[in-house]
Amino acid sequence: MKATTANCGEDLVVRVLGDVDHHTSVGLREEIDRQLAASAPRRLVLDLSGTEFMDSSGLGLILGRYRKAQEAGCELVLLRPTSAILRILHLAGVDGMLTIRQEKGGQV
Amino acid sequence: MKEISNTVRVRFPALSENESVARVITTGFLMHQGVTPAALADIKTVVSEAVTNAIVHGYRGRDGARCPVFLELTMYADRTLVVKVRDKGRGIEDIEKAMQPFFTTDREGERSGMGLPIMDAFTDQMKITSSPAGTRVVMKKRLP
Ligand SMILES: Nc1ncnc2c1ncn2[C@@H]1O[C@H](COP(=O)(O)OP(=O)(O)OP(=O)(O)O)[C@@H](O)[C@H]1O
Ligand SMILES: [Mg+2]
Repeated sequence: MKATTANCGEDLVVRVLGDVDHHTSVGLREEIDRQLAASAPRRLVLDLSGTEFMDSSGLGLILGRYRKAQEAGCELVLLRPTSAILRILHLAGVDGMLTIRQEKGGQV
Repeated sequence: MKEISNTVRVRFPALSENESVARVITTGFLMHQGVTPAALADIKTVVSEAVTNAIVHGYRGRDGARCPVFLELTMYADRTLVVKVRDKGRGIEDIEKAMQPFFTTDREGERSGMGLPIMDAFTDQMKITSSPAGTRVVMKKRLP
């Protein structure tokens, strides 16, 4: 698990790098939740542009963070998911309920 | 489908780090089959799902280091790929129920209950046989 984070203004941006599976998702979840609790951002942005692989464990991670963010009154944004990840989100029917952005660069 | 072009069989302990090992083996196997990136992504996903289910559910509460997971990949001359994943775990009580989207028996683990529906959607055919002595998933996909 590799997550690099940058706190720009009111957004907590977490770059999710490498593979998100059952093995890596536990550490990733703890890391994101720790950052979320520490910074109380307006938006939690998961940058998935560097996520090379994700399966249903990643889906569970995203849905879990969606609930956590809602509880904290914060919006969850998925940034630049790959087509393979989009396919899984679509299959689960959650692509309509989550905010998904495809912009490049730092702007969200 | 009859004629086999290549086949690989591995057995590994039910440790979560072996989820990525299974995917790397799958990628290596398919690399020589001229597979498209989209098909490769699908197959890596279904292998990961099945292997994860064996580790998480099949051997729940047991020492994974002592529990075997079996992965078999077979490519046929007509470009049908057959993926078999087997465990000797507790088995699935109700397969029909398990197949339903968002059904999971593991709430604390933040599981989405989408593994089996994804495996079904990403392949042409999926068959599960299960008993209290273990589970076997066979998936077939015709590669472009
Ligand atoms: N190999 C297995 N051994 C025992 N039970 C299994 C096995 N595979 C699946 N199951 C059962 O079927 C249910 C559904 O599996 P599925 O992969 O769809 O969802 P999940 O694993 O619970 O969640 P997710 O895959 O989204 O993380 C599991 O919760 C489990 O009860
Ligand atoms: Mg699963």
